[in-house]
Amino acid sequence: MSFLRSEFFYNYRRSTSAVIGSALMAGFAVAVIAGPFLVAQDPYDIAALNLMDSYKPPVWLEGGDPQFPLGTDGQGRDVWASILYGARISVFIGLVAMIASCTIGTFLGLVAGFYGGIVDSVIMRIADIQLSFPSILIALFLMSAVGTGIDKVLIALTAVGWVVYARTVRGSTLSEIKKEYVQAAKVAGLPNTAIIRKHVLPNVLTPLIVIATIQVGTFVLIEASLSFLGVGVPITQPSLGLLIKNGFDVLFSGLWWTSVFPGVAIMMLVFGINLFGDFLRDELNPRLK
Amino acid sequence: MTTAPTDTTLLAVRDLRTWFHTFSGTVKAVNGVSFDIGKGEVMGLVGESGGGKSVVGFSILGLIDSPGRIMGGQILLDGEDLAQASEDRLRQIRGREISMVFQDPMTSLNPLHTVGQQMDEVLRLHTDLDAADRRTACIEMLESVGISRAADRLGAYPHQFSGGMRQRVVIAIAMLARPRLIIADEPTTALDVTIQSQILKLMRRQIADKGASMILITHDLAVVSEMADHITVLYCGKVVERGRTRDLIETPAHPYTRGLIDSIPDPANRHARLKQIPGTVPDIRNLPKGCNFRDRCPRAQALCAEEEPELRPQNAAQWAACHYPLMPGDSA
Amino acid sequence: MTDAIPMLEVRDLEMHFSIGGGVFDRLRLDRRGLRIDRPVVHAVNGVSFRIQRGQIMALVGESGCGKSTVAKTIARIYQPTKGEIRIEGEDVAHYGFAEMLPVRSKMQMIFQDPYASLNPRQRVRDIVAEPLLQQMKTAADRKDVPARTEQLLAKVGLNAEHAGRYPHQFSGGQRQRIGIARALSVMPGLIIADEPVSALDVSIQAQILNLMMDLRDEFGLSYLFISHDLSVVQHIADTVGVMYLGFMVETAPRDVLFARPRHPYTRALLSAAPSIKAKRDTEEITLKGEVPSALSLPSGCCFRTRCPFAWDRCAAERPALRDLGDGQSVACHLVDEPHRDTV
Repeated sequence: MSFLRSEFFYNYRRSTSAVIGSALMAGFAVAVIAGPFLVAQDPYDIAALNLMDSYKPPVWLEGGDPQFPLGTDGQGRDVWASILYGARISVFIGLVAMIASCTIGTFLGLVAGFYGGIVDSVIMRIADIQLSFPSILIALFLMSAVGTGIDKVLIALTAVGWVVYARTVRGSTLSEIKKEYVQAAKVAGLPNTAIIRKHVLPNVLTPLIVIATIQVGTFVLIEASLSFLGVGVPITQPSLGLLIKNGFDVLFSGLWWTSVFPGVAIMMLVFGINLFGDFLRDELNPRLK
Repeated sequence: MTTAPTDTTLLAVRDLRTWFHTFSGTVKAVNGVSFDIGKGEVMGLVGESGGGKSVVGFSILGLIDSPGRIMGGQILLDGEDLAQASEDRLRQIRGREISMVFQDPMTSLNPLHTVGQQMDEVLRLHTDLDAADRRTACIEMLESVGISRAADRLGAYPHQFSGGMRQRVVIAIAMLARPRLIIADEPTTALDVTIQSQILKLMRRQIADKGASMILITHDLAVVSEMADHITVLYCGKVVERGRTRDLIETPAHPYTRGLIDSIPDPANRHARLKQIPGTVPDIRNLPKGCNFRDRCPRAQALCAEEEPELRPQNAAQWAACHYPLMPGDSA
Repeated sequence: MTDAIPMLEVRDLEMHFSIGGGVFDRLRLDRRGLRIDRPVVHAVNGVSFRIQRGQIMALVGESGCGKSTVAKTIARIYQPTKGEIRIEGEDVAHYGFAEMLPVRSKMQMIFQDPYASLNPRQRVRDIVAEPLLQQMKTAADRKDVPARTEQLLAKVGLNAEHAGRYPHQFSGGQRQRIGIARALSVMPGLIIADEPVSALDVSIQAQILNLMMDLRDEFGLSYLFISHDLSVVQHIADTVGVMYLGFMVETAPRDVLFARPRHPYTRALLSAAPSIKAKRDTEEITLKGEVPSALSLPSGCCFRTRCPFAWDRCAAERPALRDLGDGQSVACHLVDEPHRDTV
C-alpha cells in the first residue's frame, strides 16, 4: 500500500509521541465501540447492582474483589465498567460537538471570507465578542438558560466551538480567493456558490484537521467541567466528568478510587488526542517543512 | 580547472558537493562544482531553476540547513577552507569578509528594527569603531548608495522605504564592513526594469570603488552579460560551461548555453519562431546515465548516453563539459 | 481594416478600488469627529485601445502601472468603474452574471503564476473542461467533453494519460500548457494573457511563446498580452501600449514604437532593458526616484515626478493621448514643444 511507504507514515513511525498518542486514541476507540462487551455488569441496570458490593477497593488492595478490578462506588457499581460506559458518552459528545462546530464554523467562515463587507463584519464581530469570554463561562451561561441534558451540552459546546473554525476558514478563504485559480473559475463563468464549493472549500480544509482533532479533547474537558459543576449530562447517563463528581464527595474519606480512576481516564484520552494533534500540526503545516 | 589558485585568486571552489537527503531521495543540488574568482572580479553564476545556483551561494556562507549537507570539496577563501571552518569562524567571516544580497529586500531586512540599528549592528560586530564613528560610517554608506537625507533615514523602518530603496539599503548593509566578496542572489529579479538598471549601476560602482569581488547569481543572461567579467553556467548541479563573458555569449561551446542564449527573443530576427530547448529539466533525484543534458540536446550521440562529459578547456579561457562542443561558427 | 468590427475595443476604461478593509477598520476619529475613511486606488484612469481579429496587442509597464488590472477588468473579474468594453462590438462592461456567460465563450484568460492558477485539488481533465462545461446546458452536449479535453491537451503538447493527474505532478511549463488548454476549451476569439511567461525559465518561455504564436496562426486568435519584458513584447506583439500609473502614455505599432519611441517613459524603459548584445549606442535616460502612489495621483502629467524633461506646464495640465500619424499616439507636452527635448 502506498500509504505505508509515504513520508507521512514514515515520520509517524519515527515520532514516539505520535505513536503513544494514537495508541491511547485507539484504546479509547476500542473502549467506546466494544465497551459493553468487555464487562460483565451493565452499571446502569439497577437490577444487576448489589448494595452489598458498595465501596469495594481495587483488586490489589485488601478487601478487593476480582469481579471489580478498579473497585466499586457507593451503589456497588463496577468503576471499570462505569469508565467504559462513561467514556462512550464523553467521546460521543466530543465528536458530535466537534462535527457540528466544524460544519457551522466552516460555513460561516467561507461566507464571511468570500463575500466580505457587512456580512463579514457582523460574523467576525460576533466571533470576537465570544472570544473575549472564557468558553466555560459561555457554556455555563447557556446551560443554565436552556437546562441540562446531552442535547443541551451539544448545543452549548457548538456555540462555543464554531468560532475557531470560522476565523481559520475566513483567513484561508481570503488568501485563496486572491489566487489565480479562483479568478480563472470566474472567467470560466462559474457561479459564486460553485466557486466556493469546488475551489475554495477543498483548499481551506487541511488546517481544520488539526483544530478538529485537538478540539475533541477540549470538548471532553469542557463537558467534564460542566458535569462536575452539575449542569452537564443527566445522572442516568454519566460521562467521565460526572463520575468524578459522584466520587468526589467521598474522595477525602479514603474512598479515592471512585473519583481518581475516571480522572486518569480523561487525562489519558485528552493527552493522547493532544499528542497526536501536535504531530498532525507539524506534518500538515507547510511552513515547517 | 584543477590548477592551483594563484595570488590574484580570492575564492577558489573545488569539487563542491552539497546534497539534500530528503524522504523521496538524495537531491544532489550541487555536485562537483569548481570555479575561481579573482580579486575585484564579478562572476555570473547562471542557470535555470533547479540548477543549484543558490545552493552554491549558501554553501560558501556555510548556511546550508538540514537536511542539506556539504558532502565534500573545498571552498578556499584566500587559502582558508571554509568547508572545514568552525561555526564561530564562519560567523566572523559572514558580514565581514563575505556578505550577501538576497532577492527579496523585504525579508532580508528585519521589519522590527530601524535601518540605522541594523547597519550599526554590522559595524559593532565587525569593527572597533565607537558609536559616533559608526553613525558617520552608516550615513556615508547610505549616501553612497543614493539615499538622500541619510541622517534622517537612519531612524526609518524598512517598510517606510519602497522596493528599490530597500534594495539600496540591503546593498549598503552588505558593503558596510568592506567585505572582500559579495554574493548577490537574484538581486534585481523582484524589481522593475528602470529600478533594476539603477541598482545594477550602483552595485557595479560600489564594487569598483571598494575593490571587492562579486558572485552574481541570476537566471537572466542579459543582466549577467552587462555585469560580469566571466560566467559559470550550471545545469543539474554541475558546471556545464565557464568562460569570459563575451566569449561565452558570442561563441558558446555547450549546447545548453547556446540554447539559453537562443531562447532570448532577438529583435533582429523577429519573424522566426524562437529557438527553444525541448523538454524539461530532468528530476534531479533521478538523473539519466551519461550527460544530464542529452535528452534535450540536438547534438547528442551514443557516447553521451554512456559517459558523463568532464569539464575540458575549449581554448585558453573557456571550458565546457560536452563530448561534442560547438566550435565558433557551428550552428546549433 | 478600420470598418471591420474589432475583436476588442476598450473606451475610457476606469477602475478604482476602495481599500482599507471592513467598515470597522476604516473608522477614523479626528477633529471633525467620527467618520468612515474611503481611500481609493486609481488603478486605471481612462484607457482606450482596440484589437483587430488575429492581432496581438501588448500592454507594457512596470509593477503598479495598471496593466494587469486592465486585463482582469476586461475579463470581468472586476466590475469596471467606468467606460466601455466591447467584445465584437457588444459592450459588456456592465453585464451581470447571466448576460456575461455567453460572452465568456468568446474571451478567456491565461494567468501569470503556473503554481497558483490551477486548483491543486482538481484533476487536469476537470481543470481543462471547466469553462466548456459552463457553456453546455444539456447532458447530451456534455457527452463529448472528455474527447474534446483530450484533443485540447494534445493541441498544447500534453497527452491523454496526463488528464488524470493533479497539477503538482507537472513542471511550470507544463502547467502553463494546461492553463492554455483551459482557455482554448471554448474556442474563444480573444485570449487575455496576463504575464504568461514571466514566471518561467527562459528556455521554457520560448516553448510557451512559440505555442501561443502557433495557436494564433491556427485559430486566428487575438491576444491581449500583458508583460513587463520588452524583448518578449518586441517578439510577439503587433501593437504595443505603454502604461504608467494607470494611464496609457504611448501606443504604436511595434516597429514604430521600438524604432522611434516618443514618450520619455517609453524611452527610459527601452534604454533600461538589459541585453546580451554588446552595448548599444542608444540614448540613455535614467529615471530618478520611483513610481508615485496610485492613492494620490500627481497633478497634470502622471509621469512628471520622474521625467527628466518636466517643466511647469506638466504640473498644470494633463497631456491627452494624441495621434502623431503612423498609428502612433503619445500623451506628452514635448510634442508641442520639441525644443525642450534636451537633457
